Amino acid sequence: MSRPRFRWHIVVFLAPAVLVYTAVMIFPLFNTLRLALYSKVDKERVFVGLQNFITLLGDPLWSDQFWNALGNNFWFFLIHMLVQNPIGIALAAILSHPRLRFAAFYRSVIFIPTILSFVIVGFAWKLILSPIWGIAPTMLDAVGLKSLFAPWLGKEEYALTALSLISVWQFVGIPMMLIYAALLSIPEEILEAGEIDGITGMSAFWKIKLPLILPSIGIISILTFVGNFNAFDLIYTAQGALAGPDFSTDILGTFMYRTFFGFQLQLGDPYMGSAIASAMFAIILIGVCLYLFGIQTRMRRYQL
Amino acid sequence: MKRNILALAMASTALFTSAAFAEDVTLTIESWRNDDLTLWQEKIIPAFEASHPGIKLKFTPSAPTEYNAALNSKLDAGSAGDLITCRPFDASLALYEAGHLADLSGMDAMDNFSDVAKAAWQTDDASASFCVPMAAVIHGFIYNKDAFSELGIEVPTTEEEFFAALDKIKEDGSYIPMAMGTNDQWEAATMGYNNIGPNYWKGEEGRKALIAGEQKLTDEQWVAPYATLAKWAPYLGDGYEAQTYPDSQNLFTLGRAAIYPAGSWEISGFNTQADFEMGAFKPPVRNAGDKCYISDHTDIGIGMNAKTEHPEQAKEFLAWVASPEFATIFGNALPGFFPLSKTPVELEDPLAKEFASWRGECESTIRSTYQILSRGTPNLENETWGASAAAIKGTETPEALGKKLQDGLASWYEPQK
Repeated sequence: MSRPRFRWHIVVFLAPAVLVYTAVMIFPLFNTLRLALYSKVDKERVFVGLQNFITLLGDPLWSDQFWNALGNNFWFFLIHMLVQNPIGIALAAILSHPRLRFAAFYRSVIFIPTILSFVIVGFAWKLILSPIWGIAPTMLDAVGLKSLFAPWLGKEEYALTALSLISVWQFVGIPMMLIYAALLSIPEEILEAGEIDGITGMSAFWKIKLPLILPSIGIISILTFVGNFNAFDLIYTAQGALAGPDFSTDILGTFMYRTFFGFQLQLGDPYMGSAIASAMFAIILIGVCLYLFGIQTRMRRYQL
Repeated sequence: MKRNILALAMASTALFTSAAFAEDVTLTIESWRNDDLTLWQEKIIPAFEASHPGIKLKFTPSAPTEYNAALNSKLDAGSAGDLITCRPFDASLALYEAGHLADLSGMDAMDNFSDVAKAAWQTDDASASFCVPMAAVIHGFIYNKDAFSELGIEVPTTEEEFFAALDKIKEDGSYIPMAMGTNDQWEAATMGYNNIGPNYWKGEEGRKALIAGEQKLTDEQWVAPYATLAKWAPYLGDGYEAQTYPDSQNLFTLGRAAIYPAGSWEISGFNTQADFEMGAFKPPVRNAGDKCYISDHTDIGIGMNAKTEHPEQAKEFLAWVASPEFATIFGNALPGFFPLSKTPVELEDPLAKEFASWRGECESTIRSTYQILSRGTPNLENETWGASAAAIKGTETPEALGKKLQDGLASWYEPQK
């Protein structure tokens, strides 16, 4: 008996994806990690080991900005977890109700902001909330609540929350769609069996549907986490690279951009920029690992 | 047979092109001012070519945000143009140090410019100049003349009068006293701090002392402008915290605001958009009779690619750029961008004239943060943006801001340690 022939077609079929991914994802990723270990001294690139990370975490000029950005990032994430995902789940539950009319229409309308560009969303909301031309002050005035209006995007204490909520508005369609799909895949028989046992309405949602969609909620949480810690676009389009007012909306993405590419008179520093990018990578990696090993493996799954 | 004809044709083309080269030298100009393309094609290039037969010019601008990166890669690849438009200070200095820009100190035409004008394109010790200064922008305040006469307000010259005027406009209520927001931050620093500041730190005297390490950002003359900026807040209109730069421009040109803290580059835009008469006044002095200082910031220069094949012709063009003829064309075609040559230029635009007239009465200086002091991290210019916005909003005291900036500067700048 001859040895099985080497299966060339596997290599051939894998090659395009492997090559493209290596060129545009894997190589840049490792090169960034490598770049973080260098610095420029007297116009020469020299290997400095972990010095950039020591500066980033040890020098108060850098570490203050880093912790500020990281803290803002966690707040950004928290708002998404507390607002976006519960609303997404609620919307999906309502949409999957069999007697709701125009469900397809609502579904599309809620999903539309997700496909808009960040630039459009950032610009549109800046105009809506503008104290000068915006419709937000006029609308509040119409219902007699003008006193509640503040130039939210320009105040240190509100700007980040306002931007998080804009991001929630934009992306609430994603958890809604994923949960909606999970809810639709629950077989009718299970719900009917529950009904016979006297579990209907809200309690059917809490006792039958929710446990069945928990894995989807887990996936959404991790997608939100990765998305939020990589976020950059919305803050950049709405507040610029300086993430004003007074860095109150600065997140890791804008901090990295400012450092790497420079801004106005500040010349770019690719080495410190790479160090920040590496730190972002590490944070996301740790977060994902915690989820995968800490939560995902312990989650109970039901065979439907 | 056929092949012979082809060879002949090719030979003759080659002959013709080389003949053409012998007649005309074409110089290519790199620039980020794509807004000025028509100005170059219709006015500047024809004027130069008429007086300098044998040299042809080609103006090839790129987008402002891409200019530095595109230029750097072109220079490294050896495909950059013969003439290079220079950004002020460190960006161009880096090009000179990398050997991309030629030293022009030997050119006679450089004597047409004052030391302040040349400083933006010199090495730190001023031993080498590498770009011919082209234009500067001046800071001040543009006001709505109709609004002022309607309310019976005189143009303020001292700070006291300035705030009295603002009070009067605010009391009347039909105009927002001053159009500026803190959302984009840079206006607060550029049109706020560096606009009024030179009167406090005595222009060049203070700026140079700061670079030399003889003054500190915690000194009274550097902190006091923040205290004055803090007094602006009540006059800036509702929600100024979220007001952006275009918002402020529109508020003023729509006639809803009376005063606009400005840079002269606004002039041509405002001329087309505002349908009321505008005037300008210089930053008010602290006490009547004080010497006045204005921010006359050098913004554009032009230098020569060190590797150009036609250094003679390129220098001829640069000498022409330094001449009064160029200054007159440029200054009038782009009101608000003021030529830097020592010989005064006859300007036609009344508003631009108003701005330029201050040069005779006041001492000129450039923005305090641009030379040397924004070389390190944290970047003093960017920090000043945040500090000026915070001063206006009153989120921090002027003293705390001064200390923060000083600490940041001292962390990397030797003379300030």
